[in-house]
Amino acid sequence: MSATALSSGRPRRISPARWGLYAFILITALYFLLPLYVMIVTSLKPMAEIRQGNLLALPASPSLAAWVKAWTSACTGLTCEGIRIGFFNSLRILVPSVVISILVGSLTGYALSLWRVRGANILFGAMMVVAFIPYQVFIYPLVRVFSFTGLGQSLATIVTIHTIFGLPTMTLLFRNYFTSLPVELFKAARIDGAGFYQIYARIMMPMATPMIVVAVILQTTGIWNDFILGLVFAGRDNLPMTVQLNNIVNSTQGERAYNVDMAATLLTALLPLVVYFGSGRWFVRGIAAGAVKG
Amino acid sequence: MQRSNVDITNLQIGFGGLKVLENLNLHVDASEFLVLLGPSGCGKSTLLNAIAGLIDVKGGEIRIGDRDVTWAEPKDRGIAMVFQSYALYPRMSVRKNLSFGLKVARTPQDEIDSRVGEAAKMLRLTELLDRRPSELSGGQRQRVAIGRALVRHAGVYLFDEPLSNLDAQLRAELRVEIKRLHARLGATMIYVTHDQIEALTLADRIAVMQGGVIQQLDTPKKIYREPANRFVASFVGSPAMNFIRGRIARDGGLAFIAGDARFDLNGYAFRTPPSDAPAVLGIRPEHIEVIGSDHPSAVPARVEMVEPMGADALIWCRLADGTAFSFRSDADAQARAGDTLALRFPAEAFSLFDDQSGQRL
Ligand SMILES: Nc1ncnc2c1ncn2[C@@H]1O[C@H](COP(=O)(O)OP(=O)(O)O)[C@@H](O)[C@H]1O
Ligand SMILES: [Mg+2]
Repeated sequence: MSATALSSGRPRRISPARWGLYAFILITALYFLLPLYVMIVTSLKPMAEIRQGNLLALPASPSLAAWVKAWTSACTGLTCEGIRIGFFNSLRILVPSVVISILVGSLTGYALSLWRVRGANILFGAMMVVAFIPYQVFIYPLVRVFSFTGLGQSLATIVTIHTIFGLPTMTLLFRNYFTSLPVELFKAARIDGAGFYQIYARIMMPMATPMIVVAVILQTTGIWNDFILGLVFAGRDNLPMTVQLNNIVNSTQGERAYNVDMAATLLTALLPLVVYFGSGRWFVRGIAAGAVKG
Repeated sequence: MQRSNVDITNLQIGFGGLKVLENLNLHVDASEFLVLLGPSGCGKSTLLNAIAGLIDVKGGEIRIGDRDVTWAEPKDRGIAMVFQSYALYPRMSVRKNLSFGLKVARTPQDEIDSRVGEAAKMLRLTELLDRRPSELSGGQRQRVAIGRALVRHAGVYLFDEPLSNLDAQLRAELRVEIKRLHARLGATMIYVTHDQIEALTLADRIAVMQGGVIQQLDTPKKIYREPANRFVASFVGSPAMNFIRGRIARDGGLAFIAGDARFDLNGYAFRTPPSDAPAVLGIRPEHIEVIGSDHPSAVPARVEMVEPMGADALIWCRLADGTAFSFRSDADAQARAGDTLALRFPAEAFSLFDDQSGQRL
């Protein structure tokens, strides 16, 4: 049916406005792709070739040597064990932070949307206002708080920090989603005798899959790309990949190893890229279909 | 299965400053099928939600099965509820939808199986048990929703416009099914609708509501024949009741006068002794008939339009003073636009209302 609908359409002619649009899209794409291209080819060249200054040329004999060095033996400060240390640190920060922040955020969003929490709107409003304050403002007070509680700089501290800073967005996301669901669903579950956590875990969260995917993407990229919070709160043994990358790129002994820098940068960007490309198809629409008239 | 009565006294409910129900009183007998009928926004759902315990009340008392449940949790009230939007759990199969409440209540598995099987059989859902709600038609979804209520073996079943999302044919089918269910289970049912046909066909008694107030609580027959006020008269019945403005006169025999037309009131059962005063005469289209023009109580009217309705026809007329009204006649009536007819308005079928208050006289 859709095929006939398509073919019965008027033959399309491409108007000048459309050409302009295509040109714009093309230029924008080039603008973003060109640096990426340069980074990739540079990372595959030996230093001798780079020194010739032919930025756009393809590598004469592509080699992964710079990638191996970036991963295993580049110097990230005093140690020279490559950026993998940072990768695994970031992973150790990322996984609990993403899981806990989504759990907490969805729970508060659920409570604020479906249960008649006293002052829910005020609480929510306050949370949104706080979300717009630049978080640099909180850093010093938070450092004091954590040193006072004895947690200091640690994995637990940075996970807590990410959970706190993720809370407004996560709450907003889930609150809006749960508010959009038919309230009868919640009422039916209440009559069925389900309690606060049962409704959350057995009715609401299974329906929230699209929101969970969005939340995972937001939190993963946000937390992975974080620099300042990791630097301040993670502690020396847990410095995230971004901080390690900075150390590699900004270490100034001898000649700058552009190929290693590029490889290290690409390695750091890899996970958010994978998340973006891999999760697209999970944006399933109409999970709620069947709950209401459909 | 237990069948609970429901007693509501002085119920008050508001949202912020908005008072939705004020001092509402309602008694529902055990095994009764009570319909709450009224236009949208009149507080029907609010009342039903209050009975279910889904909203807080500001004052008053709700008793179910002679137990004060005003502040009890929904699950502890011995009720089950069916919603207009079905409200099926979308990520669960039909079977899981039906058994969820029993699972939560830690009912033994064999008891769950037998109740789910029984409800599924009663509602012809047995083949659908392993499907997801999204794989069902609207009618099937609503049957699942009814099934989810039935497995609770509740003392009172609450229905909030369960058929409003269905097309006309399914609505008629499911209406019969619900009626059959009530006859078979003898359960107490409170059923909200804005559809007067549903109310008239299903109810033992109808409570007609407007603006949060019960206007009349009576059997469908009484509601239809003796509406307590003009609102009830105009809300119930399709095609709608005709209203003619005029006044009651007692000179030369009791009569209702509208312009030149004179309607004999002999045989009308007045609730209060009649007095000369402005009033409104209500009469249903099926009670007006054509008679010979020489009949002493004949009222002349000019035909404006004939509306064929299949089994019969609705004939639209005007009185001499311009008041429009309609009456039912058989399908092959000869009346044409422009004709003048002599009509009989039988006093036994009248509903007279006070011009000011709209109350039945
Ligand atoms: N949660 C609510 N908050 C504020 N006002 C409400 C709420 N629910 C219902 N109302 C108001 O109460 C009145 C009655 O609503 P409702 O009981 O849903 O009517 P009905 O079911 O008869 O259509 C309406 O004016 C409606 O706007
Ligand atoms: Mg309603």
